[in-house]
Amino acid sequence: MFFYSVFKTLVGKTVVVELKNDLAIQGTLVSVDQYLNIKLDHVSAVDSARYPHVATLKNSFIRGSVVRYVHLPASAIDTALLQDATRNEPGNR
Amino acid sequence: MAESSVARPFDLIKLNLDEMVQVKLRGNRELVGKLHAYDQHMNMVLGNVTESVTVIDVDLLNHQATGANVVKRNIEMLFVRGDGVILVSPCAHPHDG
Repeated sequence: MFFYSVFKTLVGKTVVVELKNDLAIQGTLVSVDQYLNIKLDHVSAVDSARYPHVATLKNSFIRGSVVRYVHLPASAIDTALLQDATRNEPGNR
Repeated sequence: MAESSVARPFDLIKLNLDEMVQVKLRGNRELVGKLHAYDQHMNMVLGNVTESVTVIDVDLLNHQATGANVVKRNIEMLFVRGDGVILVSPCAHPHDG
């Protein structure tokens, strides 16, 4: 549940979700769940000329398993806090 | 008796927190960046990352590889989903590999 908590702190921020099929979608993070499924508002494809089928979308639900990366706003991340939380995670062997 | 503080593979990764690591991913991708967080699925957050994608050019008529091309880009802060991770290794400062 660790990254679920991390993503919950990023709700409202603008992120870019890069999928395993190379599609990159920018949007505002609305919600996340335990599977790291993601809901985004105000979506736009990063390369809109190559992926016109996103042009009509306003919101999106992205299945967690198809995500390759999520580009995060560096200003929203407290790296020291993240590292400490990782060390203290009971799930970490 | 001999007691090790590195009991399991994930302990090895814990040693790399706040260090530069090299991550090999599926799809001929490599990341080099600072490891800020990870979990048991090998989901990770990396900072100051360079992603290198290796593209093999193939001459279709002769079925031969004509060259390898590496496409790089930098990302300030990146969440990586664990199901794409093949390996994690420490690397020496600065950007290595």
